Amino acid sequence: MTARRKQGKQAGAVRAAALAFAVIVTVPLQAADTDYRLQPEPVAPGTYLVAGVPENFSRSNGGNIANTAFVVTGAGVVVIDTGPSKRYGQQLRAAIARVTAEPVVAVYLTHHHPDHALGNQAFADVPIRALPGTIEGLREQGNDFNSNLFRMVGDWMRGTDPLLPAEAVAAGSVRIGTHEFELIPNAGHTAADLAILDRTTGTLFSGSVFNGRTPATPNAVIADWIASLDRLAALNAERIVPAVGAITDNRAIAEDIDWLRWLDETLHEAAGRGADMAEVLRLPIPARFNDFALLREEYERSVSHLYPAIERASLGVRD
Amino acid sequence: MQGVAVPFSSAVAPVAVLCAALLATVAHAGPGVPADPLASPQWPAMQQRFFRDATVVFDDLVEVTLPPAAEDSMQVPVSARVRSGTAVDTLIAFIDFNPIPKVLEYRPLDAEPYLGFRVRVQQATPIRVAARTADGVWHVGGAWVDAAGGGCTLPSANAAKVREEDIGHVAARRWPLDGIGSRVKLRIAHPNDTGLISGTPAFFVEALDFTAADGRRLAELRSFEPVAESPVFVLELHTDGPVRIAGHDNTAGRIAGEAP
Repeated sequence: MTARRKQGKQAGAVRAAALAFAVIVTVPLQAADTDYRLQPEPVAPGTYLVAGVPENFSRSNGGNIANTAFVVTGAGVVVIDTGPSKRYGQQLRAAIARVTAEPVVAVYLTHHHPDHALGNQAFADVPIRALPGTIEGLREQGNDFNSNLFRMVGDWMRGTDPLLPAEAVAAGSVRIGTHEFELIPNAGHTAADLAILDRTTGTLFSGSVFNGRTPATPNAVIADWIASLDRLAALNAERIVPAVGAITDNRAIAEDIDWLRWLDETLHEAAGRGADMAEVLRLPIPARFNDFALLREEYERSVSHLYPAIERASLGVRD
Repeated sequence: MQGVAVPFSSAVAPVAVLCAALLATVAHAGPGVPADPLASPQWPAMQQRFFRDATVVFDDLVEVTLPPAAEDSMQVPVSARVRSGTAVDTLIAFIDFNPIPKVLEYRPLDAEPYLGFRVRVQQATPIRVAARTADGVWHVGGAWVDAAGGGCTLPSANAAKVREEDIGHVAARRWPLDGIGSRVKLRIAHPNDTGLISGTPAFFVEALDFTAADGRRLAELRSFEPVAESPVFVLELHTDGPVRIAGHDNTAGRIAGEAP
């Protein structure tokens, strides 16, 4: 190597080092922008959707991948789900304050998943209500969820810790201001899924209906989930606030059931013919599901969640 | 059962071991070592550990299937298939960034060069399977798996503890495979502890031999710590009849079963 080329190479190395340094110093500046830019959209009288994006957790979305919602009742605001982080919860509260002067009087959690329940800290001064199984789920998995989210979305999570709901709820109706809420315990997406039907506006808040996004199955029991979705469909709600995606109706429920049935049948069929789990990852997905966001990714996750137990059963192993 | 006590390593190229002792320093970064297509900083160490002076090529002879991300890093599914028509005597699987990289060694004696299995990964890492052809050349395939987890939750907490009385129990099933023989899937109830967790000694399935009803030896599998809890293996064997499975764990606990 000539001295000249060597010199050039060294200069290149210096430039590379400077570039690396520039990257290092700019990353914290970008991360400092932890504004979720929450925009409550009116969807029914007094009722607002705060939409999450149909993506997976990432450093660009800050974990904002699920919908939250709130209802201005005339006797205070009822919040449904608190989002993925303390910051999200705080920003949700600020967004609510931009819409109404009424104070937040109650929070309901649809289930214990981190994108729905890790904003609780911002509502520590209000009753946070959930099904007993949701409280138990957060107690068992909340810390793991939390550290997993720190790893996946980074600085957006600063200061976030799981906060357990103080009030366990059961099936029944609750009147708050001018609104009559029906609490409907379900199961299947997780061990405890709470759906809330606002009889006053005909709006069903459901943490377990996915609209246009492949259903997520980490704690799922498919048969229970389908049965729950059937019950929700029977309510014939005027509109459904789904876990993810735009305001919808029973059509989204039908699509979810179609997907869950296909998934369950496909995995059972695969286990029945001795398919290896890695092969199952590569199975084709019918074209009718092509419009679902995160299709292949969520399918592969579902194989990991569901196939081992189906396979054990196919080998005659009793758990 | 008797007749399976042949030490596995004795069958694996003692010449290579000898030569490696002489050439170890050269092999590390020698001109014959191809660049790693997966660009793993651990590749030179893997090359040194598993191949020494043997010729290594990266090509598409071994098709390795695994997910791009490990939803459950304790149970990452992997399958490896050698392109049909090529004879290989041994497959080895290893994981670059695991504290214990070596996963298994498989000798398809009278079987297809195909294996499905599951592994634990410590972090994002290449998972590789290499197959040795008759000319002594190792053909390496593999892919990166990201261990960062997925959305909506962490891996499900499904690690139901193996009951003491179940340890070593084999559940196996056989499916006919047109023109080849049988596909066999087996699951061995076993904690398969790595020994890397304080207070829990290494305790894992170590050896499995597969024999046809007529006594023909079909395949030998040697398994190591990174294989997932309660190992599941899928094999394709040249027999149309029942397959006897016999082996042991690293504490000499007997493992025996049959795919009827």
